[in-house]
Amino acid sequence: MSAVHDLGGRVGLGRIEREAREPVFHARWEKRVMGMVYSVRRAGWLNIDAFRHGIERMDPARYLAASYYERWLASLERTLPEVGALVPGAAPPPPAPYGFAREVSAPARFALDSRVRVRARSPVGHTRLPGYVSGKCGTVVSVRGGYVFPDTNAHGRGEQPQHLYSVRFTARELWGEGEEPRTSVCVDLFEPYLEAEAAASGAAETRDVA
Amino acid sequence: MSHEHDHDDDHEHGHAHEPRDAEAARLALRAEALEALLVERGVVQRESIDAIVARYENEIGPLNGARVVARAWSDAGFKQRLLSDARAAIAELSLPTGDQATPIVVIENTPGVHNVVVCTLCSCYPSSLLGLPPRWYKSPPYRARVVREPRAVLREFGLDLPETTELRVWDSSAELRYMVLPERPPGSESASEQELAALVSRDSLIGVAQAGQRRE
Repeated sequence: MSAVHDLGGRVGLGRIEREAREPVFHARWEKRVMGMVYSVRRAGWLNIDAFRHGIERMDPARYLAASYYERWLASLERTLPEVGALVPGAAPPPPAPYGFAREVSAPARFALDSRVRVRARSPVGHTRLPGYVSGKCGTVVSVRGGYVFPDTNAHGRGEQPQHLYSVRFTARELWGEGEEPRTSVCVDLFEPYLEAEAAASGAAETRDVA
Repeated sequence: MSHEHDHDDDHEHGHAHEPRDAEAARLALRAEALEALLVERGVVQRESIDAIVARYENEIGPLNGARVVARAWSDAGFKQRLLSDARAAIAELSLPTGDQATPIVVIENTPGVHNVVVCTLCSCYPSSLLGLPPRWYKSPPYRARVVREPRAVLREFGLDLPETTELRVWDSSAELRYMVLPERPPGSESASEQELAALVSRDSLIGVAQAGQRRE
């Protein structure tokens, strides 16, 4: 089962509430939290994946009730002690290379228009594989190049760059009968999440890929 | 300390709030305590927080995206460059942008294809170009529903697409940030680039509205 933050396709969460002439921030503390997050990330204390994993470990009921900046605050409170940022005199780790694009030595396994199946996975840590595409088949619509792999980077296990693909799924594949017509969802997926559609089998689907 | 703007926020944007309850006060206290600790430990400086906030409050916003779109509508060569390498094309316009670490991908609406953007796992958004996202974009109902019933969601936003139009939802699940290039509204043929930019709403850059569409 996926965690509470993995919201794609869930039902029963209520109306989409919009606010006319919405201000950039709704309270002064939101500004301070936003500025803190940008500052500690820029200083190299937290990578984006560790920060997101901090949000994902919130109490599920609180996660759904919390505003965006409350989630950011909760992650800072949880992750900054974990990385040692609050120890007097501590220095941040050496800076990572800029951005997220990285060289990957192995060639890309899939090409444009390849048919792929998303491996069925139930990771206990951080991942950027949305639950609603797990086990589903789609078509590669763009081969994006190599990027930092969040599943390892969130846990201090290095960037381990992987090829990234934009994969298109039909609404019928994702939601079954009763889907909206002529509709698709495109999801950015890392190579370890994918296998060739033709190669998919029970054994391959359960192989640990991280 | 930079507390001279304390307590102004609940009164500056002209709409009534429920009385702020104890929970909001607790969040403000938690944020203040954390900031004080981070400053004391030398992890952050108050002035750098002030600068980041001011930049996103005053300089970086959806007008950037509107200018990019207006240029693309006016200059076919620019549009091609925008669709193939958005960061490089956007740099030609010298807009006030934030950190460039995330690549931007521009997806084009055409008469037969409409695009809409979401982040189901968190709230990824091209903030470095368009500023901070609206609350509804970050809300669980939008993130849950727009991948499953995007046509119904768009109708709630006032955009009723014909069934013959193909609808593509983009879930920003990695570090690519998507911006929609909306269709140029009919009747805007003689408009200047500045007039065109005024037709481009933030919502049309996310894909929940057309350019030139009257707001619900």
